Amino acid sequence: MADIITYLWPLIWILLGVVAIIVPVLLGVAYLTYYERKVMSAMQRRQGPALVGPFGLLQPIADGLKLLGKEWIIPSGANPVVFIFAPFLTFFLSLVAWAVIPFSAKLVLADINVGLLYLYAISSLGVYGLIMSGWASNSRYAFLGGLRSAAQMVSYEVSMGLIMVSVLLCVGSFNLSKIIDAQRTVWFAVPLFPMFITYFISILAETNRHPFDLPEGESEIVAGFFTEYSSMNFACFMLGEYANMIMMSGVACILFLGGWLPPFNFWIFAPYVQMVPGPIWFGIKIAALLFVFIWARATLPRYRYDQLMRLGWKVFLPLTLFWLILTASVLEIFGWLPKTGL
Amino acid sequence: MVAQLEAIEDKPNTYTINLGPQHPAAHGVLRLVVEMSGEVVQRCDPHIGLLHRGTEKLIEYKTYLQAMPYMDRLDYVSPMAQEHCFVLAVEKLLGIKPPPRGQYVRVLFAEITRLLNHLFTVTTGILDVGATTPALWAFEEREKLMEFHERACGARLHANYYRVGGVAMDLPAGLAEDIFEYMETLPAFLDDMEGLVTGNRVFKQRTVDVGVLTMEQALDWGCSGPMLRASGVAWDLRKAQPYEIYDQLEFDIPVGKTGDCYARYLVRVAEMRQTIRLIKQCLEKMPQGPVRLQDHKVTPPPRAEMKRSMEALIHHFKLYTEGFHVPAGETYTAIEGPKGEFALYIVSDGTSRPYRCRIRAPGFSHLALLDTLSRHHMLADAVANIASLDIVFGEIDR
Repeated sequence: MADIITYLWPLIWILLGVVAIIVPVLLGVAYLTYYERKVMSAMQRRQGPALVGPFGLLQPIADGLKLLGKEWIIPSGANPVVFIFAPFLTFFLSLVAWAVIPFSAKLVLADINVGLLYLYAISSLGVYGLIMSGWASNSRYAFLGGLRSAAQMVSYEVSMGLIMVSVLLCVGSFNLSKIIDAQRTVWFAVPLFPMFITYFISILAETNRHPFDLPEGESEIVAGFFTEYSSMNFACFMLGEYANMIMMSGVACILFLGGWLPPFNFWIFAPYVQMVPGPIWFGIKIAALLFVFIWARATLPRYRYDQLMRLGWKVFLPLTLFWLILTASVLEIFGWLPKTGL
Repeated sequence: MVAQLEAIEDKPNTYTINLGPQHPAAHGVLRLVVEMSGEVVQRCDPHIGLLHRGTEKLIEYKTYLQAMPYMDRLDYVSPMAQEHCFVLAVEKLLGIKPPPRGQYVRVLFAEITRLLNHLFTVTTGILDVGATTPALWAFEEREKLMEFHERACGARLHANYYRVGGVAMDLPAGLAEDIFEYMETLPAFLDDMEGLVTGNRVFKQRTVDVGVLTMEQALDWGCSGPMLRASGVAWDLRKAQPYEIYDQLEFDIPVGKTGDCYARYLVRVAEMRQTIRLIKQCLEKMPQGPVRLQDHKVTPPPRAEMKRSMEALIHHFKLYTEGFHVPAGETYTAIEGPKGEFALYIVSDGTSRPYRCRIRAPGFSHLALLDTLSRHHMLADAVANIASLDIVFGEIDR
């Protein structure tokens, strides 16, 4: 009996941890849509949601309920199993990635040593949901959207991987908490500034956001891979996409902006910024990055497919490769390589 | 049909997608059958007729006054331009000319319509290449312009304001001043919009060298308006064969060099600035006087007069039942519409109804170019091309 309890306790704790992460993430997703609509409407000289609840704050809930109440439509030519499975896969993948994200020094569900690798793997899997939905819909628009997103995500993951490697060279660990700890003196966004910009543009492409939202470029292929979707299936894609945006911004914060570390942590500011708990700083940084996501959406036209590929393969890949070699050389020459004990 | 199928079978690597008529980039009800290999358009075949309402035939059964509202509903983005053409055509057949103030008011609203049209076209074109903000900004400005429409004639969109022999009613007090004041602020808006778009590298990548139309092609395919001017032909009916009072106004014709989507965008934006100039001149030079011809065989007498003059009452009755008779004859009257040369070929048999009213829609010949422009371009470029053609199906399908 006692044995069962000793095994059960950690399990219950993990489940509680999962709930404690997923509920805020889903709320964050809901309010990210509100945030996006409000920021975009401010940029576009209009009001945005303002009628449902005070300041339109209940709008995301209303949207969610509306989608729940819609009819599930499965096209007659579609492969129903894959068709239904694909959005849930996307949604699932966008949530499991959160397991390794450290919210503060102690607040992390799974502090595994290959955290970054895990994140990279999960984000690479994300493409399956899209290409499966594109294939299973049996629609040419969806198929084209699925193909585009597959090509796009694969292309940009290459340069993202190289950027991660240059960060890893400076840290000497895949563990996300250690990556943050390594930024106590200076955030990596400063020494690796070009990489930070490249990384940010890559995550725009990775999450299919403007100006890289070709997979769902509405003026060409209507809604891309989720053209045929409706109701909760559709909502799952949207939730997945927005959860991915938050997650990717979180990773960018961890890699380049010091995660939960407070900014201005020096001189007379130090005591004040340390009063604010880590998770709040983390949230603020994510919100700032998400603002740039939305800003880009309100400002930029969409790239063409070949231009997107050219940017990925002919600009970002050589640039990141060069910077990786530069980083490695500088670290080696000045003897700044981290001591890893290996 | 068989030949088409064989042609497709010969090219196993192509597939066909049906773009529209319910498609976000279809600008109404364009249906495109696009044959593609991968992302590259091999052939695109526009199918029209989904908005066909039989306007030309309907007009044959209407008096000239009743035919006027049909003009608004052709190109519903620039309604007053078509009205302008219609009244000019009928006036030519009748051999009359409106009083100067009427002409100025007409030109004023024709140019406001041009602004409405270009604001719409340019920004929805930008929307089609992916940027959302300019469209929303421009729709606010369009709303202000439509308020001027509303104040002049009571309708925002389908104005039905022009009349044979002038316009329906004079401008209300204060409208001219308000329009002038607004025209002072509009260039700042255009600067804002251009700041977001003109120098934007992504926008340039999407439009420069996309859908290039050479000068010869533009002339061969019967292009007119901004399409023709973007290809380097300085042809503008307002200058080439001035109608109304355009010969008394000063303006330039913006001409593009490259004939691509970007040049068409630039030409339209430059035209908007010229239009602002024209509107200001109209307002400054506008004389006092009647806005309608005082010949009551054509235009209705004032209501007060009808209370005491039997003749006026008879005129009113005849005008609104039978309509005025137009001498037998035919005319091809063209104006420089916002989209290009909009023209009417009206044949009159001497009755109060046109015997035939053929409508020459500029969008029709422009749409025919789509295949030429989009071949061997990416699908996204085809969409940019559609946007730069400035097509509205009200006038193409008529």
